[in-house]
Amino acid sequence: MIEGLLHDQAGLLNFVIFFVLGAVLLLVILGFVTYAILAERKVMGFMQMRYGPNQVGGPWGLLQTVADVLKLLLKEDTIPKLADKPLFILAPVIAFAPSFMVIATIPFTDKLQFADIGVGLLYYIAVSGLTTIGVVMAGWSSNNKFALLGGMRAAAQMISYEIPLVMSVLGVVLLTGSLNLNEIVSAQENVWYILLQPIGFIVFFIASVAELNRIPFDLPEAENELIAGYFVEYSGFRWAFFMLSEYVYMFAMASLTTVLFLGGWLPLFSFLDFIPGAVWFALKFSLVIFILLWFRSTFPRIKADQLMEFGWKVLLPVALANIFLTAIIKSLF
Amino acid sequence: MELFNLYQNNYLIVVVFLCLGVILPVVALFLAKLLRPNVPSEAKYTTYESGNDPFNDSLVQFNVRYYIFALLFVIFDVETVFLYPWAVAYEKLGIFALIEMLIFVFMLLIGLVYAWKKKVLKWI
Repeated sequence: MIEGLLHDQAGLLNFVIFFVLGAVLLLVILGFVTYAILAERKVMGFMQMRYGPNQVGGPWGLLQTVADVLKLLLKEDTIPKLADKPLFILAPVIAFAPSFMVIATIPFTDKLQFADIGVGLLYYIAVSGLTTIGVVMAGWSSNNKFALLGGMRAAAQMISYEIPLVMSVLGVVLLTGSLNLNEIVSAQENVWYILLQPIGFIVFFIASVAELNRIPFDLPEAENELIAGYFVEYSGFRWAFFMLSEYVYMFAMASLTTVLFLGGWLPLFSFLDFIPGAVWFALKFSLVIFILLWFRSTFPRIKADQLMEFGWKVLLPVALANIFLTAIIKSLF
Repeated sequence: MELFNLYQNNYLIVVVFLCLGVILPVVALFLAKLLRPNVPSEAKYTTYESGNDPFNDSLVQFNVRYYIFALLFVIFDVETVFLYPWAVAYEKLGIFALIEMLIFVFMLLIGLVYAWKKKVLKWI
């Protein structure tokens, strides 16, 4: 049915059907975020020899995040008198919308995918860059010193790590010869790119953690020096949208890592292909998420000078060298 | 025509996602507005500064370094704009394009090394 719909004339009917399907995906992602937050607290709890949430919703704390969201819904909303009101209200929307938009192109399996556009990878990178604007806007419009510092730091960090992120993916593009994410996955039929592009993968993974503003690169939100960074002045559901966009990005980035380097929905060995692609995707995706949680409970936060110098002096030259290494190897063999 | 429809539909999905991404915050904030209490008081609307009364202007002057890093970002981002089409078409372009691209990137690398030596990349 969807196949036929995609070949029909684009019109209002198509818009409505896509809208309903997109809303279903949005609900799935909200469900993911709910349980990703719980998983994060539980995994960190076990790694630090404590229990984590275990009161609300049985011994596993299954309803803890739901309760937290309901609590946020009932919080009073304050906008400081000195804040720039229109920008202050607009900032969470601008930070959140791109995080959901990038998911449009990600192929979960060969059948389950929303927009199959030719420049999928470029679209992801371009749209994910927009969140920086929302973050800086939040920091500036709050008219608060901590918020402004956090916003500026976030901008500096995000643009510095965007370059290695974009360049490390070029190795994959070189090997595939396409920016379409479906073609990138099907090119990994025999060998996953994590084996062909080990340097690219490491640079990509480090840069993606920095783009997600997660520990060890969470300087924009450093609690003990900036309180919470750019969203100090936000409360209630406006604050929740910044957190939500962070976790939706985590979902998107883990999916992108799976698609680019871990073979997407393809099985580990070809004789295991009786297991459906969605299961494989979910397994690899969960592994990436788990590693992100693992990082959070093992690494200390790095210093601001180390952060910037590492990005420009180590990751950028390594990423550039990786591109040409790949290009030379490709033209030799 | 068939392909054109496919193309249009795929971008229609992108528009749908944009709409959903904007509608969710609007609807959620509207719901929150109906549910949340509203007890305004003067103290709640002051700017937060660890319990002190806020002093001076919050929009403080910034280290010029932020600006220099933004400039560096623009240079290397434009470089990636050239690198992407090159990488996609690399199979057809062959060894000559590789050498050309090496020269291009080498010149930018000279700039990076110069910035490095001038201690621009040092964050204080």
